[in-house]
Amino acid sequence: RLKKERERETDRERQREGRNMDTLALEKAVVFFEVEILDAKTKDKLCFLDKVRPTSTKLCAACYPQWYPARQSIRLDPKGKSLKDEDVLQHLPVGTTATFYFRDLGAQISWVTVFLTEYAGPLLIYLMFYFRVPFIYPPKYDFTTSKHWVVHLACMCHSFHYVKRLLETLFVHRFSHGTMPLRNIFKNCTYYWGFAAWMAYYINHPLYTPPTYGEQQVKMALIIFLFCQIGNFSIHIALRNLRPPGSKTRKIPYPTKNPFTWIFLLVSCPNYTYELGSWLGFTLMTQCLPVAFFTLVGFIQMTVWAKAKHRSYLKEFRDYPPLRSPILPFVL
Amino acid sequence: MSAPAMGTTKTAPNDGSHKKKKGPGTLATAYLVIYNVVMTAGWLVIAVGLVRAYLARGSYHGLYYSIEKPLKFFQTGALLEILHCAVGIVPSSVVLTGFQVMSRVFLTWAVTHSVREVQSEDSVLLFVVAWTITEIIRYSFYTFSLLNHLPYLIKWARYTFFIVLYPMGVTGELLTIYAALPYVQKTGLYSVTLPNKYNFSFDYYTFLILTMVSYIPLFPQLYFHMLRQRKKVLGHVEEYTKVE
Repeated sequence: RLKKERERETDRERQREGRNMDTLALEKAVVFFEVEILDAKTKDKLCFLDKVRPTSTKLCAACYPQWYPARQSIRLDPKGKSLKDEDVLQHLPVGTTATFYFRDLGAQISWVTVFLTEYAGPLLIYLMFYFRVPFIYPPKYDFTTSKHWVVHLACMCHSFHYVKRLLETLFVHRFSHGTMPLRNIFKNCTYYWGFAAWMAYYINHPLYTPPTYGEQQVKMALIIFLFCQIGNFSIHIALRNLRPPGSKTRKIPYPTKNPFTWIFLLVSCPNYTYELGSWLGFTLMTQCLPVAFFTLVGFIQMTVWAKAKHRSYLKEFRDYPPLRSPILPFVL
Repeated sequence: MSAPAMGTTKTAPNDGSHKKKKGPGTLATAYLVIYNVVMTAGWLVIAVGLVRAYLARGSYHGLYYSIEKPLKFFQTGALLEILHCAVGIVPSSVVLTGFQVMSRVFLTWAVTHSVREVQSEDSVLLFVVAWTITEIIRYSFYTFSLLNHLPYLIKWARYTFFIVLYPMGVTGELLTIYAALPYVQKTGLYSVTLPNKYNFSFDYYTFLILTMVSYIPLFPQLYFHMLRQRKKVLGHVEEYTKVE
Protein backbone atom coordinates (compact mmCIF):
# COMPACT_ATOMS: atom_id res chain seq x y z
CA ARG A 1 0.00 0.00 0.00
CA LEU A 2 2.82 2.36 0.95
CA LYS A 3 4.42 1.54 -2.36
CA LYS A 4 1.24 2.46 -4.22
CA GLU A 5 0.99 5.69 -2.29
CA ARG A 6 4.56 6.58 -3.11
CA GLU A 7 3.92 5.70 -6.75
CA ARG A 8 0.87 7.97 -6.76
CA GLU A 9 2.89 10.72 -5.16
CA THR A 10 5.66 10.49 -7.72
CA ASP A 11 3.01 10.40 -10.42
CA ARG A 12 1.52 13.56 -9.06
CA GLU A 13 4.92 15.17 -8.75
CA ARG A 14 5.73 14.22 -12.29
CA GLN A 15 2.42 15.64 -13.42
CA ARG A 16 3.15 18.89 -11.64
CA GLU A 17 6.65 18.95 -13.03
CA GLY A 18 5.25 18.16 -16.42
CA ARG A 19 2.93 21.13 -16.16
CA ASN A 20 5.79 23.32 -15.00
CA MET A 21 7.87 22.09 -17.88
CA ASP A 22 4.98 22.93 -20.19
CA THR A 23 4.64 26.46 -18.89
CA LEU A 24 8.39 26.93 -19.02
CA ALA A 25 8.32 25.76 -22.60
CA LEU A 26 5.45 28.17 -23.32
CA GLU A 27 7.34 31.02 -21.70
CA LYS A 28 10.31 30.24 -23.89
CA ALA A 29 8.10 29.94 -26.95
CA VAL A 30 6.51 33.34 -26.36
CA VAL A 31 8.35 35.95 -28.31
CA PHE A 32 8.13 39.28 -26.66
CA PHE A 33 7.64 42.25 -28.88
CA GLU A 34 9.09 45.68 -28.64
CA VAL A 35 6.63 48.28 -29.70
CA GLU A 36 7.24 51.89 -30.50
CA ILE A 37 4.36 54.20 -31.29
CA LEU A 38 4.80 57.30 -33.40
CA ASP A 39 2.40 60.12 -34.14
CA ALA A 40 1.05 59.60 -37.65
CA LYS A 41 1.37 63.28 -38.60
CA THR A 42 4.50 64.52 -36.85
CA LYS A 43 6.31 61.16 -36.54
CA ASP A 44 7.24 62.08 -32.98
CA LYS A 45 7.90 59.12 -30.74
CA LEU A 46 4.95 58.91 -28.38
CA CYS A 47 5.84 55.86 -26.38
CA PHE A 48 8.02 52.82 -26.35
CA LEU A 49 6.94 49.54 -24.82
CA ASP A 50 9.18 46.56 -24.40
CA LYS A 51 8.23 43.05 -23.39
CA VAL A 52 4.82 43.25 -24.97
CA ARG A 53 2.92 40.00 -25.14
CA PRO A 54 1.64 39.08 -28.58
CA THR A 55 -1.93 40.00 -27.65
CA SER A 56 -4.23 42.73 -28.90
CA THR A 57 -3.32 46.28 -29.78
CA LYS A 58 -4.80 49.31 -27.96
CA LEU A 59 -1.69 49.76 -25.93
CA CYS A 60 -1.36 53.45 -25.47
CA ALA A 61 -3.86 53.92 -22.66
CA ALA A 62 -1.03 53.43 -20.21
CA CYS A 63 1.19 56.21 -21.57
CA TYR A 64 -1.40 58.85 -22.40
CA PRO A 65 -4.54 58.29 -20.36
CA GLN A 66 -6.50 61.14 -21.94
CA TRP A 67 -6.57 59.19 -25.18
CA TYR A 68 -8.94 56.45 -24.09
CA PRO A 69 -8.94 53.41 -26.37
CA ALA A 70 -12.06 54.36 -28.31
CA ARG A 71 -10.37 57.42 -29.74
CA GLN A 72 -7.11 55.72 -30.64
CA SER A 73 -6.43 54.80 -34.20
CA ILE A 74 -3.35 52.65 -34.52
CA ARG A 75 -2.04 51.69 -37.91
CA LEU A 76 0.93 50.12 -39.58
CA ASP A 77 1.28 52.90 -42.10
CA PRO A 78 0.67 56.60 -41.33
CA LYS A 79 -1.76 56.86 -44.22
CA GLY A 80 -3.15 53.36 -44.03
CA LYS A 81 -6.22 51.86 -42.46
CA SER A 82 -6.67 51.60 -38.75
CA LEU A 83 -6.03 48.27 -37.05
CA LYS A 84 -8.96 46.59 -35.36
CA ASP A 85 -9.40 45.84 -31.67
CA GLU A 86 -9.17 42.13 -32.41
CA ASP A 87 -5.87 42.31 -34.26
CA VAL A 88 -3.07 40.43 -32.56
CA LEU A 89 0.60 41.44 -32.65
CA GLN A 90 1.65 37.94 -33.60
CA HIS A 91 -0.40 37.93 -36.76
CA LEU A 92 0.63 41.33 -38.03
CA PRO A 93 3.33 41.72 -40.67
CA VAL A 94 5.84 43.20 -38.24
CA GLY A 95 9.16 42.04 -36.88
CA THR A 96 9.82 41.70 -33.18
CA THR A 97 10.38 45.42 -33.04
CA ALA A 98 7.13 46.87 -34.29
CA THR A 99 6.50 50.46 -35.24
CA PHE A 100 2.94 51.72 -35.14
CA TYR A 101 1.48 55.06 -36.03
CA PHE A 102 -1.04 56.70 -33.76
CA ARG A 103 -3.83 59.00 -34.66
CA ASP A 104 -6.22 60.72 -32.27
CA LEU A 105 -9.75 60.25 -33.58
CA GLY A 106 -11.05 63.08 -31.44
CA ALA A 107 -13.65 62.93 -28.71
CA GLN A 108 -15.91 59.93 -29.15
CA ILE A 109 -19.48 59.17 -28.23
CA SER A 110 -21.24 55.82 -28.21
CA TRP A 111 -23.58 54.89 -31.05
CA VAL A 112 -26.33 54.01 -28.61
CA THR A 113 -26.20 57.46 -27.01
CA VAL A 114 -26.35 59.17 -30.40
CA PHE A 115 -29.27 57.07 -31.62
CA LEU A 116 -31.30 57.54 -28.45
CA THR A 117 -30.79 61.31 -28.50
CA GLU A 118 -31.48 61.78 -32.19
CA TYR A 119 -34.69 59.68 -32.05
CA ALA A 120 -36.08 60.97 -28.77
CA GLY A 121 -36.04 64.51 -30.19
CA PRO A 122 -38.45 63.97 -33.10
CA LEU A 123 -40.78 61.98 -30.89
CA LEU A 124 -41.15 64.78 -28.36
CA ILE A 125 -40.95 67.68 -30.81
CA TYR A 126 -43.73 66.32 -33.01
CA LEU A 127 -45.95 65.87 -29.96
CA MET A 128 -45.35 69.47 -28.95
CA PHE A 129 -46.71 70.60 -32.32
CA TYR A 130 -49.53 68.06 -32.20
CA PHE A 131 -50.74 69.35 -28.83
CA ARG A 132 -50.24 72.91 -30.08
CA VAL A 133 -48.06 74.02 -27.26
CA PRO A 134 -48.03 77.89 -26.94
CA PHE A 135 -45.78 80.18 -29.06
CA ILE A 136 -45.96 78.02 -32.19
CA TYR A 137 -49.35 78.92 -33.66
CA PRO A 138 -51.55 81.98 -33.01
CA PRO A 139 -52.60 82.03 -29.31
CA LYS A 140 -56.24 81.25 -29.99
CA TYR A 141 -55.17 77.74 -31.10
CA ASP A 142 -53.11 76.92 -27.97
CA PHE A 143 -53.77 73.40 -26.73
CA THR A 144 -56.51 72.80 -29.30
CA THR A 145 -56.57 69.70 -31.49
CA SER A 146 -56.94 69.43 -35.24
CA LYS A 147 -60.39 68.69 -36.61
CA HIS A 148 -58.96 66.36 -39.29
CA TRP A 149 -58.74 62.67 -38.32
CA VAL A 150 -55.74 62.17 -40.66
CA VAL A 151 -53.75 64.50 -38.40
CA HIS A 152 -54.37 62.21 -35.42
CA LEU A 153 -53.43 59.19 -37.52
CA ALA A 154 -50.25 60.90 -38.70
CA CYS A 155 -49.26 61.65 -35.10
CA MET A 156 -49.76 58.01 -34.17
CA CYS A 157 -47.71 56.79 -37.13
CA HIS A 158 -44.87 59.26 -36.56
CA SER A 159 -44.72 58.49 -32.86
CA PHE A 160 -44.91 54.75 -33.47
CA HIS A 161 -42.03 55.03 -35.93
CA TYR A 162 -39.71 56.72 -33.46
CA VAL A 163 -40.72 54.55 -30.50
CA LYS A 164 -39.91 51.55 -32.68
CA ARG A 165 -36.50 53.06 -33.48
CA LEU A 166 -35.75 53.72 -29.82
CA LEU A 167 -36.68 50.17 -28.82
CA GLU A 168 -34.65 48.72 -31.67
CA THR A 169 -31.64 50.73 -30.55
CA LEU A 170 -31.96 49.36 -27.04
CA PHE A 171 -32.88 45.75 -27.79
CA VAL A 172 -32.32 44.77 -31.38
CA HIS A 173 -29.31 46.35 -33.05
CA ARG A 174 -25.82 44.88 -32.62
CA PHE A 175 -23.33 47.63 -33.40
CA SER A 176 -19.96 46.95 -35.08
CA HIS A 177 -18.37 50.06 -33.72
CA GLY A 178 -18.78 51.21 -30.16
CA THR A 179 -18.31 54.89 -30.86
CA MET A 180 -18.40 57.68 -33.41
CA PRO A 181 -16.88 61.19 -33.38
CA LEU A 182 -18.59 63.54 -30.93
CA ARG A 183 -19.42 66.19 -33.54
CA ASN A 184 -21.77 63.69 -35.22
CA ILE A 185 -24.33 64.06 -32.48
CA PHE A 186 -24.74 67.76 -33.25
CA LYS A 187 -24.96 67.17 -36.97
CA ASN A 188 -27.42 64.27 -36.65
CA CYS A 189 -29.64 65.93 -34.09
CA THR A 190 -29.87 69.09 -36.17
CA TYR A 191 -31.02 66.96 -39.10
CA TYR A 192 -33.59 64.83 -37.27
CA TRP A 193 -34.90 67.46 -34.88
CA GLY A 194 -34.96 70.18 -37.54
CA PHE A 195 -36.91 68.14 -40.06
CA ALA A 196 -39.28 66.83 -37.40
CA ALA A 197 -40.13 70.39 -36.36
CA TRP A 198 -40.55 71.51 -39.97
CA MET A 199 -42.90 68.63 -40.86
CA ALA A 200 -44.85 68.75 -37.62
CA TYR A 201 -45.44 72.49 -38.00
CA TYR A 202 -47.41 72.03 -41.21
CA ILE A 203 -49.21 68.79 -40.45
CA ASN A 204 -50.54 70.14 -37.15
CA HIS A 205 -51.20 73.65 -38.45
CA PRO A 206 -54.70 75.06 -37.99
CA LEU A 207 -54.77 75.73 -41.76
CA TYR A 208 -53.71 72.20 -42.68
CA THR A 209 -55.38 70.85 -45.85
CA PRO A 210 -56.16 67.08 -45.81
CA PRO A 211 -55.17 64.89 -48.79
CA THR A 212 -56.93 65.52 -52.11
CA TYR A 213 -58.31 61.98 -52.46
CA GLY A 214 -59.49 61.82 -48.88
CA GLU A 215 -60.10 58.54 -47.06
CA GLN A 216 -59.00 56.42 -50.02
CA GLN A 217 -55.60 58.08 -50.13
CA VAL A 218 -55.05 57.94 -46.38
CA LYS A 219 -56.04 54.26 -46.15
CA MET A 220 -53.68 53.31 -48.98
CA ALA A 221 -50.90 55.34 -47.37
CA LEU A 222 -51.47 53.66 -44.01
CA ILE A 223 -51.24 50.20 -45.55
CA ILE A 224 -47.96 51.10 -47.25
CA PHE A 225 -46.62 52.61 -44.04
CA LEU A 226 -47.48 49.64 -41.85
CA PHE A 227 -46.26 47.11 -44.40
CA CYS A 228 -42.90 48.86 -44.58
CA GLN A 229 -42.62 49.26 -40.80
CA ILE A 230 -43.10 45.50 -40.37
CA GLY A 231 -40.68 44.89 -43.24
CA ASN A 232 -38.05 47.18 -41.74
CA PHE A 233 -38.40 45.49 -38.36
CA SER A 234 -38.13 42.03 -39.94
CA ILE A 235 -34.88 43.00 -41.62
CA HIS A 236 -33.46 44.35 -38.37
CA ILE A 237 -34.26 41.07 -36.64
CA ALA A 238 -32.77 39.05 -39.50
CA LEU A 239 -29.57 41.10 -39.39
CA ARG A 240 -29.38 40.73 -35.61
CA ASN A 241 -29.65 36.98 -35.90
CA LEU A 242 -26.71 36.87 -38.28
CA ARG A 243 -24.45 37.88 -35.45
CA PRO A 244 -24.11 36.04 -32.13
CA PRO A 245 -24.24 38.33 -29.04
CA GLY A 246 -21.03 40.25 -28.36
CA SER A 247 -19.40 39.24 -31.63
CA LYS A 248 -18.53 41.36 -34.61
CA THR A 249 -18.70 38.71 -37.29
CA ARG A 250 -19.99 39.60 -40.72
CA LYS A 251 -22.04 37.25 -42.87
CA ILE A 252 -24.09 37.52 -46.01
CA PRO A 253 -27.74 38.05 -45.09
CA TYR A 254 -30.21 35.65 -46.73
CA PRO A 255 -34.02 35.40 -46.88
CA THR A 256 -35.55 33.60 -43.88
CA LYS A 257 -38.96 32.02 -43.34
CA ASN A 258 -40.39 35.51 -42.82
CA PRO A 259 -41.79 36.69 -46.22
CA PHE A 260 -40.73 40.25 -45.44
CA THR A 261 -37.12 39.11 -45.71
CA TRP A 262 -37.53 37.58 -49.16
CA ILE A 263 -36.53 40.97 -50.54
CA PHE A 264 -32.94 39.97 -49.66
CA LEU A 265 -33.03 38.09 -52.97
CA LEU A 266 -33.06 41.40 -54.82
CA VAL A 267 -31.54 43.96 -52.48
CA SER A 268 -28.45 44.24 -50.22
CA CYS A 269 -29.90 46.76 -47.76
CA PRO A 270 -33.66 46.14 -47.62
CA ASN A 271 -33.88 47.94 -44.29
CA TYR A 272 -33.29 51.15 -46.26
CA THR A 273 -35.75 50.09 -48.95
CA TYR A 274 -38.48 49.59 -46.34
CA GLU A 275 -37.55 52.84 -44.64
CA LEU A 276 -38.01 54.70 -47.92
CA GLY A 277 -41.34 52.97 -48.36
CA SER A 278 -42.49 53.99 -44.88
CA TRP A 279 -41.74 57.64 -45.54
CA LEU A 280 -43.36 57.53 -48.97
CA GLY A 281 -46.42 56.21 -47.19
CA PHE A 282 -46.25 59.01 -44.66
CA THR A 283 -45.86 61.59 -47.46
CA LEU A 284 -48.93 60.21 -49.20
CA MET A 285 -50.85 60.18 -45.94
CA THR A 286 -50.13 63.79 -45.03
CA GLN A 287 -49.75 65.24 -48.54
CA CYS A 288 -47.19 67.62 -47.13
CA LEU A 289 -44.27 68.95 -49.19
CA PRO A 290 -41.79 69.17 -46.28
CA VAL A 291 -42.41 65.46 -45.65
CA ALA A 292 -41.61 64.80 -49.31
CA PHE A 293 -38.36 66.76 -48.90
CA PHE A 294 -37.45 64.77 -45.81
CA THR A 295 -38.14 61.55 -47.69
CA LEU A 296 -35.98 62.68 -50.58
CA VAL A 297 -33.02 63.73 -48.45
CA GLY A 298 -33.24 60.52 -46.43
CA PHE A 299 -33.37 58.51 -49.63
CA ILE A 300 -30.24 60.18 -50.97
CA GLN A 301 -28.34 59.52 -47.75
CA MET A 302 -29.53 55.92 -47.51
CA THR A 303 -28.56 55.29 -51.12
CA VAL A 304 -25.03 56.48 -50.37
CA TRP A 305 -24.88 54.12 -47.38
CA ALA A 306 -26.43 51.23 -49.29
CA LYS A 307 -23.96 51.55 -52.16
CA ALA A 308 -21.04 51.56 -49.72
CA LYS A 309 -22.38 48.52 -47.87
CA HIS A 310 -23.02 46.72 -51.15
CA ARG A 311 -19.47 47.43 -52.28
CA SER A 312 -18.03 46.15 -49.02
CA TYR A 313 -20.13 42.97 -49.26
CA LEU A 314 -18.80 42.37 -52.78
CA LYS A 315 -15.25 42.96 -51.61
CA GLU A 316 -15.51 40.72 -48.59
CA PHE A 317 -17.46 37.77 -50.02
CA ARG A 318 -16.44 36.06 -53.25
CA ASP A 319 -19.77 34.24 -53.50
CA TYR A 320 -22.00 37.27 -53.01
CA PRO A 321 -25.28 36.84 -54.93
CA PRO A 322 -24.95 38.76 -58.20
CA LEU A 323 -28.66 39.53 -58.63
CA ARG A 324 -28.76 41.97 -55.72
CA SER A 325 -28.84 45.77 -56.05
CA PRO A 326 -27.86 48.09 -53.20
CA ILE A 327 -31.26 49.63 -52.38
CA LEU A 328 -33.84 49.49 -55.19
CA PRO A 329 -34.39 46.15 -56.99
CA PHE A 330 -32.72 46.22 -60.43
CA VAL A 331 -32.56 50.00 -60.38
CA LEU A 332 -30.13 51.40 -57.84
CA MET B 1 -11.06 67.00 -54.18
CA SER B 2 -12.93 64.26 -55.98
CA ALA B 3 -11.12 64.21 -59.32
CA PRO B 4 -7.53 63.31 -60.22
CA ALA B 5 -5.34 66.37 -60.06
CA MET B 6 -4.80 68.42 -63.17
CA GLY B 7 -1.41 69.65 -64.30
CA THR B 8 -2.22 72.89 -62.54
CA THR B 9 -4.87 73.43 -59.91
CA LYS B 10 -6.99 76.36 -58.94
CA THR B 11 -5.46 76.96 -55.57
CA ALA B 12 -2.36 74.84 -54.96
CA PRO B 13 0.96 75.76 -56.61
CA ASN B 14 2.80 73.40 -59.00
CA ASP B 15 6.19 74.09 -57.48
CA GLY B 16 7.70 71.44 -55.29
CA SER B 17 5.32 68.68 -56.34
CA HIS B 18 7.13 65.64 -57.65
CA LYS B 19 4.07 63.41 -57.94
CA LYS B 20 2.96 62.35 -61.38
CA LYS B 21 -0.38 64.08 -62.03
CA LYS B 22 -2.93 62.80 -64.51
CA GLY B 23 -4.04 65.67 -66.71
CA PRO B 24 -7.62 66.07 -67.96
CA GLY B 25 -6.69 64.80 -71.42
CA THR B 26 -5.96 66.86 -74.52
CA LEU B 27 -9.59 67.12 -75.66
CA ALA B 28 -10.75 68.27 -72.24
CA THR B 29 -7.87 70.72 -72.01
CA ALA B 30 -8.72 72.18 -75.41
CA TYR B 31 -12.37 72.54 -74.38
CA LEU B 32 -11.39 74.19 -71.08
CA VAL B 33 -9.05 76.61 -72.82
CA ILE B 34 -11.85 77.64 -75.16
CA TYR B 35 -14.29 77.92 -72.25
CA ASN B 36 -11.95 80.12 -70.22
CA VAL B 37 -11.02 82.30 -73.20
CA VAL B 38 -14.70 82.85 -74.01
CA MET B 39 -15.45 83.74 -70.39
CA THR B 40 -12.50 86.14 -70.24
CA ALA B 41 -13.73 87.79 -73.42
CA GLY B 42 -17.27 87.96 -72.09
CA TRP B 43 -16.32 89.74 -68.90
CA LEU B 44 -14.07 92.08 -70.91
CA VAL B 45 -17.14 92.96 -72.97
CA ILE B 46 -18.96 93.79 -69.74
CA ALA B 47 -16.00 95.87 -68.55
CA VAL B 48 -15.84 97.80 -71.81
CA GLY B 49 -19.60 98.25 -71.76
CA LEU B 50 -19.45 99.76 -68.28
CA VAL B 51 -16.67 102.18 -69.23
CA ARG B 52 -18.37 103.30 -72.44
CA ALA B 53 -21.70 103.81 -70.72
CA TYR B 54 -20.05 105.82 -67.97
CA LEU B 55 -18.26 108.03 -70.47
CA ALA B 56 -21.45 108.50 -72.47
CA ARG B 57 -23.71 109.34 -69.51
CA GLY B 58 -21.17 111.08 -67.32
CA SER B 59 -22.48 109.44 -64.12
CA TYR B 60 -22.37 106.15 -62.25
CA HIS B 61 -26.14 105.95 -62.09
CA GLY B 62 -28.05 103.24 -63.91
CA LEU B 63 -25.05 101.59 -65.63
CA TYR B 64 -26.59 98.18 -64.92
CA TYR B 65 -28.94 98.52 -67.89
CA SER B 66 -26.06 98.90 -70.34
CA ILE B 67 -24.56 95.52 -69.47
CA GLU B 68 -27.63 93.65 -68.23
CA LYS B 69 -27.73 91.08 -71.03
CA PRO B 70 -24.04 90.07 -71.20
CA LEU B 71 -23.92 89.99 -67.38
CA LYS B 72 -26.82 87.57 -67.24
CA PHE B 73 -25.42 85.47 -70.07
CA PHE B 74 -21.87 85.08 -68.82
CA GLN B 75 -22.67 84.80 -65.13
CA THR B 76 -25.24 82.10 -65.85
CA GLY B 77 -22.74 80.39 -68.17
CA ALA B 78 -20.56 79.83 -65.12
CA LEU B 79 -22.96 77.03 -64.17
CA LEU B 80 -20.94 74.91 -66.58
CA GLU B 81 -18.12 75.02 -64.06
CA ILE B 82 -20.16 72.82 -61.74
CA LEU B 83 -20.42 70.31 -64.56
CA HIS B 84 -16.65 70.47 -65.11
CA CYS B 85 -16.06 69.48 -61.48
CA ALA B 86 -18.72 66.77 -61.55
CA VAL B 87 -17.25 65.20 -64.69
CA GLY B 88 -13.73 65.49 -63.27
CA ILE B 89 -11.92 67.65 -65.79
CA VAL B 90 -11.44 70.28 -63.10
CA PRO B 91 -10.08 69.16 -59.73
CA SER B 92 -12.31 71.22 -57.48
CA SER B 93 -15.09 70.13 -55.19
CA VAL B 94 -18.52 70.10 -56.81
CA VAL B 95 -20.13 71.31 -53.60
CA LEU B 96 -17.82 74.29 -53.15
CA THR B 97 -18.00 75.36 -56.78
CA GLY B 98 -21.74 74.80 -56.83
CA PHE B 99 -22.18 76.97 -53.80
CA GLN B 100 -20.09 79.81 -55.24
CA VAL B 101 -21.73 79.80 -58.66
CA MET B 102 -25.26 79.43 -57.27
CA SER B 103 -24.80 82.42 -54.98
CA ARG B 104 -23.78 84.55 -57.98
CA VAL B 105 -26.65 83.27 -60.10
CA PHE B 106 -29.02 83.86 -57.19
CA LEU B 107 -27.98 87.49 -56.93
CA THR B 108 -28.18 88.03 -60.69
CA TRP B 109 -31.61 86.47 -61.24
CA ALA B 110 -33.47 86.11 -57.97
CA VAL B 111 -32.59 89.55 -56.64
CA THR B 112 -31.41 92.00 -59.29
CA HIS B 113 -33.49 90.74 -62.21
CA SER B 114 -36.59 89.93 -60.16
CA VAL B 115 -36.84 93.17 -58.19
CA ARG B 116 -36.85 95.91 -60.84
CA GLU B 117 -36.74 98.73 -58.32
CA VAL B 118 -33.32 97.63 -57.20
CA GLN B 119 -31.69 97.84 -60.63
CA SER B 120 -30.99 101.54 -60.46
CA GLU B 121 -29.26 101.27 -57.07
CA ASP B 122 -25.58 102.15 -56.86
CA SER B 123 -24.93 99.01 -54.83
CA VAL B 124 -25.56 96.98 -57.99
CA LEU B 125 -22.69 98.80 -59.71
CA LEU B 126 -20.49 98.04 -56.71
CA PHE B 127 -20.79 94.28 -57.02
CA VAL B 128 -20.88 94.27 -60.84
CA VAL B 129 -17.53 96.07 -60.97
CA ALA B 130 -16.07 93.76 -58.33
CA TRP B 131 -17.28 90.67 -60.18
CA THR B 132 -16.07 91.98 -63.56
CA ILE B 133 -12.50 92.66 -62.48
CA THR B 134 -12.33 89.43 -60.48
CA GLU B 135 -13.64 87.28 -63.32
CA ILE B 136 -11.37 88.78 -65.96
CA ILE B 137 -8.35 87.96 -63.82
CA ARG B 138 -9.67 84.55 -62.75
CA TYR B 139 -10.53 83.27 -66.23
CA SER B 140 -7.27 84.52 -67.75
CA PHE B 141 -5.46 82.83 -64.85
CA TYR B 142 -7.09 79.51 -65.77
CA THR B 143 -6.41 80.02 -69.47
CA PHE B 144 -2.72 80.61 -68.94
CA SER B 145 -2.46 77.82 -66.37
CA LEU B 146 -3.95 75.33 -68.81
CA LEU B 147 -1.43 76.41 -71.42
CA ASN B 148 1.36 76.14 -68.82
CA HIS B 149 2.43 79.69 -69.41
CA LEU B 150 1.23 81.60 -66.39
CA PRO B 151 2.68 85.11 -66.21
CA TYR B 152 3.57 86.02 -62.65
CA LEU B 153 1.56 89.23 -63.00
CA ILE B 154 -1.69 87.30 -63.48
CA LYS B 155 -0.93 84.99 -60.58
CA TRP B 156 -0.10 87.98 -58.40
CA ALA B 157 -3.24 89.81 -59.48
CA ARG B 158 -5.42 86.79 -58.76
CA TYR B 159 -4.11 86.44 -55.24
CA THR B 160 -3.95 90.15 -54.47
CA PHE B 161 -6.88 92.01 -55.99
CA PHE B 162 -9.36 89.97 -53.98
CA ILE B 163 -8.19 91.77 -50.86
CA VAL B 164 -10.14 94.81 -52.01
CA LEU B 165 -12.57 93.29 -54.50
CA TYR B 166 -14.00 90.65 -52.22
CA PRO B 167 -15.20 93.02 -49.48
CA MET B 168 -16.33 95.43 -52.18
CA GLY B 169 -18.44 92.77 -53.86
CA VAL B 170 -19.90 91.54 -50.58
CA THR B 171 -20.86 95.09 -49.61
CA GLY B 172 -22.58 95.61 -52.96
CA GLU B 173 -24.42 92.33 -52.67
CA LEU B 174 -25.63 92.93 -49.13
CA LEU B 175 -26.79 96.47 -49.88
CA THR B 176 -28.67 95.24 -52.94
CA ILE B 177 -30.47 92.50 -51.02
CA TYR B 178 -31.29 94.99 -48.29
CA ALA B 179 -32.70 97.41 -50.88
CA ALA B 180 -34.90 94.65 -52.29
CA LEU B 181 -36.49 93.77 -48.95
CA PRO B 182 -39.35 96.31 -48.81
CA TYR B 183 -40.50 95.46 -52.33
CA VAL B 184 -40.42 91.75 -51.65
CA GLN B 185 -42.47 92.21 -48.51
CA LYS B 186 -44.99 94.44 -50.23
CA THR B 187 -45.58 92.23 -53.27
CA GLY B 188 -45.08 88.82 -51.61
CA LEU B 189 -42.62 87.93 -54.37
CA TYR B 190 -41.79 84.17 -54.63
CA SER B 191 -43.78 83.54 -51.45
CA VAL B 192 -46.33 80.82 -50.76
CA THR B 193 -48.87 81.05 -47.96
CA LEU B 194 -51.16 78.62 -46.17
CA PRO B 195 -53.62 77.11 -46.75
CA ASN B 196 -52.71 75.17 -49.90
CA LYS B 197 -53.03 71.55 -50.90
CA TYR B 198 -49.32 70.79 -50.45
CA ASN B 199 -49.26 72.13 -46.90
CA PHE B 200 -46.18 74.21 -47.52
CA SER B 201 -45.25 77.84 -47.02
CA PHE B 202 -42.28 79.97 -47.97
CA ASP B 203 -41.55 83.56 -47.09
CA TYR B 204 -39.01 85.02 -49.50
CA TYR B 205 -38.60 88.12 -47.32
CA THR B 206 -37.44 86.01 -44.34
CA PHE B 207 -35.33 83.92 -46.70
CA LEU B 208 -33.49 87.04 -47.93
CA ILE B 209 -32.85 88.17 -44.36
CA LEU B 210 -31.44 84.72 -43.49
CA THR B 211 -29.26 84.91 -46.62
CA MET B 212 -27.84 88.22 -45.44
CA VAL B 213 -27.19 86.77 -41.99
CA SER B 214 -25.38 83.81 -43.52
CA TYR B 215 -22.74 86.17 -44.90
CA ILE B 216 -21.54 86.73 -41.32
CA PRO B 217 -20.06 83.27 -40.78
CA LEU B 218 -19.27 82.57 -44.43
CA PHE B 219 -17.47 85.69 -45.63
CA PRO B 220 -14.64 85.69 -43.03
CA GLN B 221 -13.97 81.99 -43.62
CA LEU B 222 -13.66 82.40 -47.38
CA TYR B 223 -11.65 85.61 -47.03
CA PHE B 224 -9.11 84.13 -44.65
CA HIS B 225 -8.87 81.03 -46.77
CA MET B 226 -7.88 83.21 -49.74
CA LEU B 227 -5.37 85.07 -47.56
CA ARG B 228 -3.81 81.77 -46.53
CA GLN B 229 -3.71 80.64 -50.16
CA ARG B 230 -2.00 83.91 -51.02
CA LYS B 231 0.72 83.29 -48.50
CA LYS B 232 1.21 79.78 -49.79
CA VAL B 233 1.25 80.65 -53.49
CA LEU B 234 3.06 83.98 -53.46
CA GLY B 235 5.17 83.18 -50.43
CA HIS B 236 7.02 80.36 -52.22
CA VAL B 237 8.37 82.65 -54.92
CA GLU B 238 9.84 84.98 -52.34
CA GLU B 239 11.64 82.05 -50.74
CA TYR B 240 13.12 80.93 -54.02
CA THR B 241 14.42 84.42 -54.83
CA LYS B 242 15.97 84.60 -51.38
CA VAL B 243 17.76 81.29 -51.91
CA GLU B 244 19.12 82.40 -55.27
